Amino acid sequence: MESLDALLADARKAVAGSTDLVALDEVRVRFLGKKGELTAQLKALGTLPAEERPGAGQRINAAKRQLQADIEARRVLLEREMLERSLAAEAIDVTLPGRGEHVGGLHPVTRTLERVESLFRQAGFEVRHGPEIEDDFHNFTALNIPDDHPARAMHDTFYFPDGTLLRTHTSPVQIRAMLDSGVPIRLIAPGRVYRCDSDQTHTPMFHQVEGLVVDRDISFANLKEVLYGFVAAFFEREVELRFRPSYFPFTEPSAEVDVLSEHGKWLEILGCGMVHPNVLRSAGVDPEAYTGYAFGMGVQRLTMLRYGVTDLRTFFENDLRFLRQFA
Amino acid sequence: MKISEAWLKARVPLTHSADALAEQLTMAGLEVDAVEPIHAGFSDVVVAELVEVEPHPDADKLRVCRVDAGDGGELLQIVCGAPNARKGLKSALAKVGGRLPGGMKIKKAKLRGVASTGMLCSGRELELDGDAAGIIELPADAPVGMDVAELLGLSDHVIDVDLTPNRGDCFSVLGVARELAALNDTDTTPPETSPVRATVTDTFPVKLDAPDACPRFAGRVLRGIRPDARSPLWLVERLRRAGVRSIDPVVDVTNYVMLELGQPLHAYDLAKLDGHIAVRLAAPNEKLVLLDGREIALDPDMLVIADARGPVGLAGVMGGEGSGVTDATVDVFLEGAHFAPHAIAGRARRLGLHTDASVRFERGVDPQLPALAVEYAARLILDIAGGDAGPTEVTEAVKHLPAREPVSLRRARLARLLGVTLPDAEVQRIFMRLGMAVETIDEGWRVTPPSHRFDIAIEEDLVEEVARIHGYDAIPRTPEQATMRILAATETRLPLARVRHALVDRGWQEAITYSFVDDALQQRFLPGTEAIALSNPISSEMNVMRMSLWPGLSQAAADNVARQQGRVRLFECGHCFERTADGVCEPGRVAGIALGNARPEQWDLPDRAVDFYDAKADVEALLALGGPGREARFVADSHPALHPGQSARVECDGAAVGWLGTLHPELARWLDLSGAPVVFELDLAAVQQAVVPWQQPVSRFPAVRRDLAVLVAEDMPVDAVVSCAREAAGTLLHALRVFDVYRGPKLESGSKSIALGLILQASSRTLTDADVEQCTDAVVAALQQTLGARIRD
Repeated sequence: MESLDALLADARKAVAGSTDLVALDEVRVRFLGKKGELTAQLKALGTLPAEERPGAGQRINAAKRQLQADIEARRVLLEREMLERSLAAEAIDVTLPGRGEHVGGLHPVTRTLERVESLFRQAGFEVRHGPEIEDDFHNFTALNIPDDHPARAMHDTFYFPDGTLLRTHTSPVQIRAMLDSGVPIRLIAPGRVYRCDSDQTHTPMFHQVEGLVVDRDISFANLKEVLYGFVAAFFEREVELRFRPSYFPFTEPSAEVDVLSEHGKWLEILGCGMVHPNVLRSAGVDPEAYTGYAFGMGVQRLTMLRYGVTDLRTFFENDLRFLRQFA
Repeated sequence: MKISEAWLKARVPLTHSADALAEQLTMAGLEVDAVEPIHAGFSDVVVAELVEVEPHPDADKLRVCRVDAGDGGELLQIVCGAPNARKGLKSALAKVGGRLPGGMKIKKAKLRGVASTGMLCSGRELELDGDAAGIIELPADAPVGMDVAELLGLSDHVIDVDLTPNRGDCFSVLGVARELAALNDTDTTPPETSPVRATVTDTFPVKLDAPDACPRFAGRVLRGIRPDARSPLWLVERLRRAGVRSIDPVVDVTNYVMLELGQPLHAYDLAKLDGHIAVRLAAPNEKLVLLDGREIALDPDMLVIADARGPVGLAGVMGGEGSGVTDATVDVFLEGAHFAPHAIAGRARRLGLHTDASVRFERGVDPQLPALAVEYAARLILDIAGGDAGPTEVTEAVKHLPAREPVSLRRARLARLLGVTLPDAEVQRIFMRLGMAVETIDEGWRVTPPSHRFDIAIEEDLVEEVARIHGYDAIPRTPEQATMRILAATETRLPLARVRHALVDRGWQEAITYSFVDDALQQRFLPGTEAIALSNPISSEMNVMRMSLWPGLSQAAADNVARQQGRVRLFECGHCFERTADGVCEPGRVAGIALGNARPEQWDLPDRAVDFYDAKADVEALLALGGPGREARFVADSHPALHPGQSARVECDGAAVGWLGTLHPELARWLDLSGAPVVFELDLAAVQQAVVPWQQPVSRFPAVRRDLAVLVAEDMPVDAVVSCAREAAGTLLHALRVFDVYRGPKLESGSKSIALGLILQASSRTLTDADVEQCTDAVVAALQQTLGARIRD
């Protein structure tokens, strides 16, 4: 049986020497195929004497199993090597930029407005809107600002030839909402407002958020609580507020509210007060049965304080280099 | 209103610092805008008397003065160019070593060969006023050698109070002093306003023809004042610190009394008045030349002061030219009148005027003041300019004088509005301190405001007074007790934020442009339309309301291109403004403009300019936000702002909802936008409309895809091919894709090939080959018959 041992040794050498799967398969066919050299040995068993056949058969089968195991091991090895080669070949530069669109961004005023809206929504305020071209009744008269009232001089109003005007504040939404929905009511009304004034600290258009709560027993103490809560939530820090007596025709008592800036300066952020009984009456609400508070804040001012914007005029220049900072 | 701290403290005995006073006032509702120190910006400047004045030997305009600066009789030699340098004058000498405002140090000098040991100063050089015409003229009694800063009381502050329109009572030193007295529980020290004895009997007749507008008029004749009298320094200084320029003693005194008491006064040159004074409404077509030289046409609701010839002043606003005092006036008629706020309000503004008198009368002046103010002014004028006073005559219509009605404050109402219960004694104390008469009643108090308060008419006004003096900061913070309600929120309308965020996520940057635009610019986009024009635009670039977001966005895009931004994708959401049959409407719109590269510059993608189909994907995405049940169509149509071959009217669920297209090349060029910007504009109402989904079963059976290449005429819209195929395919069609459009030499000219992918699926069974064949055959047949299409093999 020296020939079998030699054959196996040859075959194992051939397996070990095969460098790819094709060569390995050729080795398999050469030794184990139908016409393979080891297969030939099995076929030759019949020529042996009967008593030698079992022993020879066992040896040949053992050699065959040995060879099959070698081939399998070699195959696994070659496959892994091949995979590794192909993986290595497929390596890419992960530092190159991705393909496709970049993300855009919201205008900083919208960013502030969305934040203000979501904070007040949490507290049960609904968001209401109104027209920007208003009539004298909703913008002035119903808000207790009759003709020739000195307060009209504080509103540099844009007029149209038919006597309508661009709303000077978001307060007319108070009137519209109460007339539409009645009371109790809890709303905020964000939007654009217009004053005929343009210089370093004024743009002829800006944004306000009006707030209104009318219910059975609403007090100034409630107003203070809600504004403290809002300001702390908006700036994400406990902010010191200062309520100063002030004057608005549509609230009585009235207050202006200042926040203490990080530089220790008081900065006005909003006006507020208890809804004037004449305003409630204009909106069909009995001021003996209901009381309420209202506030109005400048969105640009909030945005400047929150995001460090220093020049009011940049808000409407729409410079992409400015806008992209607020994405 | 500017108030000197020193003047204020002369009227209320307080020792607080100016900042402390400002803080108190601000927290009581009189907002202080600024506290400015009155600096002596100079040092070593003393009162000096010019003892000798000789011409300079070598210069025509210079003089050599020998002055006494209080150095023990030793005279200093000063060379001076001022025309008013004269013997005996007392002026301000900056001594050697002293400093002027701005830091200039005084040194010994030689001027054209003559030594000068100091400098005589003008008002401007000391920054006391703008007068640079000559050296400052100090009063004759100013002590020689005294520090000028000390003489002028220059350790003062100017407190600038920003008064709200309701607090006309604080439009004076005394008014602010009264407020501080109330806050500090003390009393004011009013000036001397006791009657001045008449030494002549002259009077001038006054008629009140509009007694509800002018119910009280105090008049007084002053005779024989010295026209050459000069206002004393203290008066000039107080006026200066209040921001008022000194003119002559009579005008200065009327201004001074107004600033101190709050009662505007007017002084007429008696010689220029004819017959009598009538306070009446303007007659039709009457005109008046005002003090400022302007001729105005008087409206019939304007109150005038008239003499026998006609109007001599616009009551409570401004005097007329020709009747006022001048530097030649010897006889004066003083007017101290009460004008009702309703008779003055708005008139000055209508004429573009804003005078010290009108702001006070509009807000309300204490009706008790006219006679007091006239007495006070007469006393001061006689002191300064001499002369004789006639008797003060008060003409009045008592029933038209503003009455102060009592206002009730209920204890319970006070607590309910403030959210805190204050002790009765505290409430009562506050009213008393404010000069209000208080009467206790069962439910609370009955309060009568003093005559100077015009802002206390209803219960809430009293609530504010209590809260204000008690201190807003002392009111607690209390959470609301409110009924909890879940707010309605419809799912058929998308939040606006969803629309914005969709665009942001697709690479768009939000802009906010003005709602008013340049009519000329807008006309380029929408020729022939009539925008809503403002009566008083801020500029011609903002003169009409926008009818489209495109003009503003295009301008913003052009501005960014000018800032070297090559790729722009800007969008905006907002109102547009259009006329309707019955007024105006404000449709909300969302619009965008894209220009430059289709995609951000990238190493692996070829650069390509943005085009119609890039923006169309964004428009389709917006219209798909409301759910798959919504059908968007794009119909080729022309719009004046768009490229005629690259524009589509956008329809959603059958209704026109907006436009998409390439900006018209001529318009783009006009806007300085290179390339071909793509724009879209959609009605927000359509974009926000949403369908509440209802789940359909998902088929468990396999889908089959069949692709067809269809040859059609070049100008056949794909939409027609798709609709035809969709209709013919029937219910088995699950989806239909257009996956290629080919034009080229392989096809006969005038035709194009459209590749359709039909995805077929049934919900209850696996499709057989026969099903699929039947369906595709039907599609092919329909395309051939309806559209004349041919099928490519």
